[in-house]
Amino acid sequence: MHELSICSSIADIAARHAAGRTVSVINVRVGQLRQIVPDTLVYCWTLVSEQTPLAGSRISVESVPARIRCRTCDLAADVGDAPSFACGRCGGAEVEIVAGEEFLITSLELAEEGASS
Amino acid sequence: MGRFHRHEDGNGHAHDEDEDHSGYQTGAERVEVLERIFDENDKTAAANRAAFAAAGVRVVNLMSSPGAGKTTLLRETLSRLGGKLRVGIIEGDIETSLDADRLAGFGAAIALINTGNGFGGECHLDAPMVRSALPKLPLPDLDLVLIENVGNLVCPAEFDVGQDARAMVYAITEGEEKPLKYPVMFRSCELVVVNKMDLLPHLGFDMDGFLGNLRKVNPTAEILFVSARAGEGVDAWCDWLRARL
Repeated sequence: MHELSICSSIADIAARHAAGRTVSVINVRVGQLRQIVPDTLVYCWTLVSEQTPLAGSRISVESVPARIRCRTCDLAADVGDAPSFACGRCGGAEVEIVAGEEFLITSLELAEEGASS
Repeated sequence: MGRFHRHEDGNGHAHDEDEDHSGYQTGAERVEVLERIFDENDKTAAANRAAFAAAGVRVVNLMSSPGAGKTTLLRETLSRLGGKLRVGIIEGDIETSLDADRLAGFGAAIALINTGNGFGGECHLDAPMVRSALPKLPLPDLDLVLIENVGNLVCPAEFDVGQDARAMVYAITEGEEKPLKYPVMFRSCELVVVNKMDLLPHLGFDMDGFLGNLRKVNPTAEILFVSARAGEGVDAWCDWLRARL
């Protein structure tokens, strides 16, 4: 349910960068460890953007798999679907998350002036 | 023109330098943003943290699923720490003051945040909500603030509210697999209070399995075994809180 409040944040950031220009696509990068459901985000965006100048734009989600690196043996590995944050090789608990916590707007695509597509 | 784009196969990635974009829909302008979506929340969280630090207050963000026993644990906590520590409570609840009512009468300052507005209410506390509760608490007169987050194992883990430490209450009635289903929550906490231990003889609960699952997602969390209702283990939790100060 927090996709709704997240969409409000996205609207603020996107409107600031759009600076009055018409936005067609908002590109969002979401790490696997961010508990964001892409379909829910896309749906909530239609609700939140409806009453704003961003109405008609859509959100495009780029997912980033979670990846860890072991501080003990330096193994880097994807976390995968059955999350375990211990090192798969040495069993070490001292791991750092090197990818998967991203949650940002990467870019906006602006609508072409007078274009039909 | 930005460095980041998506290809037709759906794979997005970063380029170190601009490359040929032929085959891409040309003409449409692209504005690079690269702005974190939680930036505003995190700025407010930092302001909260500064306000707590300036008042000399330590803050614990207490999270759990609904019904795990946060409020019962807090009630037992207040009955033990009352008179020894000056405690404030920030109580997040979607619609009611029921939890805050259960905590009244122990001498703690309580600030209630109802998160219900449209669509059934927010499922978590964020930093601006906690910020709005600060004027309701006499911060300079307090030693410790306990934030009772909204009962939910997903969203509260995503939002920094300006706490010094995150702790969660897990009830053994929830099943052994919960750490694997909600790894972000379990991983975010420094302490896991394993509650409802008085029910252990009745549940067939696989404690070793649970602890193994917990260690997979959070190898370093402290663990306390508690029955908040029976008052067992609550002293150890209070000691943990005192050690934060």
